Amino acid sequence: MPSIEQILEDREICICAGSGGVGKTTTSAAIGLGMASRGLKVCVLTIDPAKRLADSLGLEELGNEATRVDPGLLSEHQINGDGELWAMMLDAKETFDALVARHAEDAEARDRVLDNRIYQQISNALAGSQEYMAMEKLFEIHSEGRFDLLVLDTPPSRNVLDFLDAPKRLTQFIEGRSLQMFIRPTGFAARVAGRGTGVVLSVLKKIVGFDLFADLSEFFNAFSGMIDGFRDRAHRVSSLLGDEKTCFVVVCGPQGEPVDEAVYFHSKLMENEMNFAGVVVNRVRYRFGTKVPKLRELTDRIDSELDDSDLAERIARNLIEYDALAVRDAKNIARLTDSLEDEPIIRVPYLDTDVHDIDGLAEINRYLFGTEEERSRLATG
Amino acid sequence: MNWGIPDFLKKRLLFVTGKGGVGKSTVAIAMGIRAALEGRRVIVCEVASSENASRIFHQAAVGFKEVELANDLWAISIDPEDAMKEYVLFQLKVKAMRDLLFRSRIFTYFAAATPGLNELVTIGKIWELTQLDRKVKHGRKYDLVIVDAPATGHGISFLQTPRTFANIARVGPVHNQAMQLETMVTDAEQTGSVIVSLPEEMPVNETARLESELAGDIGLAVDRVIMNALYPDRFPAGDRRAIKRLVSSDDPDVRAGGRAALSQSRRVAAQNEQFDRLKDMVSAPISTLPFIFRPEVDLHAARRLAEELE
Repeated sequence: MPSIEQILEDREICICAGSGGVGKTTTSAAIGLGMASRGLKVCVLTIDPAKRLADSLGLEELGNEATRVDPGLLSEHQINGDGELWAMMLDAKETFDALVARHAEDAEARDRVLDNRIYQQISNALAGSQEYMAMEKLFEIHSEGRFDLLVLDTPPSRNVLDFLDAPKRLTQFIEGRSLQMFIRPTGFAARVAGRGTGVVLSVLKKIVGFDLFADLSEFFNAFSGMIDGFRDRAHRVSSLLGDEKTCFVVVCGPQGEPVDEAVYFHSKLMENEMNFAGVVVNRVRYRFGTKVPKLRELTDRIDSELDDSDLAERIARNLIEYDALAVRDAKNIARLTDSLEDEPIIRVPYLDTDVHDIDGLAEINRYLFGTEEERSRLATG
Repeated sequence: MNWGIPDFLKKRLLFVTGKGGVGKSTVAIAMGIRAALEGRRVIVCEVASSENASRIFHQAAVGFKEVELANDLWAISIDPEDAMKEYVLFQLKVKAMRDLLFRSRIFTYFAAATPGLNELVTIGKIWELTQLDRKVKHGRKYDLVIVDAPATGHGISFLQTPRTFANIARVGPVHNQAMQLETMVTDAEQTGSVIVSLPEEMPVNETARLESELAGDIGLAVDRVIMNALYPDRFPAGDRRAIKRLVSSDDPDVRAGGRAALSQSRRVAAQNEQFDRLKDMVSAPISTLPFIFRPEVDLHAARRLAEELE
């Protein structure tokens, strides 16, 4: 099994994908730190930074612009060399506003959109807008060429397609024929939409209310001048995702559900011809041995060393329960290995404490950047 | 089992929220099981568009139809498209008009072009389920509706939808519907919420933030914070020295026992630290649920948790 360093060789973008609560943010930060310590200039783009972790990296004021982690802080932890670690927090709304400002013909057109209530809803709530804005920012920073590697911590989603489809969905929404309909409900587009359009519109207006209808229409009118700019941009953002410089690392946990999701993510990434680089499985319970004895026998053996049968039984019971979960993890990972054929799978053990500082990230990196043998040895002693 | 119905299960509508991966769906089901055991007629709703795939729902093949999971315990998965169709059905009594609308592409365009419409019709369906006089023909009556709501981020915008729509559509039917839903969400007598958390840093932070957003911005009562998956504290500090001695034993199984016990007690300490932070950070009453030592958290596990709820 290769290490994360080998996986990321010659890549400029690493997208960490996965469902919520699997440790994506920590993994992204650890990859960023590890690659920086190997001499690269790295920027980690995150959605929701863990406050304690950000604080410990001296990044109290993380915003929509990249901030550098103090090299002095890194060298305190024996991380030296030419590498640099930067981080930024993605703000979907701010990115969207900036995008509108970029494509608007003039200040008036810009404000018409920014002030529109429908726009304010979309920029927050439209499915995929957060995902798209993450990519948009990634694209912007990548095109500036300031960094060797960008690590993107994606918004949690059930479906990796939410992410992959985001540019398409956004442009479809903005440029769609629906738009034509609202702008010129009696024109050519209405005739294409089928007979009885007038009747349908009046039925719809009746259900919905004229007011909301008028607002939507106004929004699309305000947006019409920006369509080409948006479409062109989304197209370029989309092709960056599929570029050979970009790769996806799927992050998951060892339980059945997260593993199923990882398998699904993998198949969708392949279908969409994206570069799948590997899976990081966090919080894996490694087995301490091959087979744990039965409760009675184990209790006796521990008791013979402790001379405290009550404590011996608690210790034995604890190991048996731990081992049952370790067996489950091993089974799930075996299933993952089968489904992914030869793709790299990196197991990071369930550590005794939460990771919230540089030392914690460095601890994780002993696994992420180690060989499979090193990982097993570290985890099981 | 803790006998008697926990206070928060006496409401009519409960939204269960929390960060992704905290066990929200399992807790929602456990709440449902418990309320049903206490004699309430319950339905648990999954919001199909949310990012949490619930295994229990999947295994029971729950769809837009109300399905019975156990005695007095029902389940439904609310798909926004179905909810939209049902909404139109209630609005347009004339079948020909409905057919005309459904056949027309304009309707599809409109549905796609209106941000938040999916969320609105989903909450509309939840409202319909809470009604004792159901709009759905031969609809069952429920005493308690439990919603497995979308995880944080999306959860907040989900619950905000009625107010946003009430503002966007200043007059007309959508405005009136949205106002009605807004009233339902903010009615602290009947409606409340439960935030599920884990004894880890990020979920604890998220819980505190969520509580202030729900109670403050949204105006939804937070009845309970549930600290999920707490490890049993098996090894008091006095055991530490004995356990450490085992780590250098010649017997590999004994060594493994020592290491596992040591890890366990460190994790308990880390959990307690986070639990203490939570107590300082939230104002709603906190209940706890134990970590379930089972390979998969299934309906059996949910039953055990149901008994532990207090």
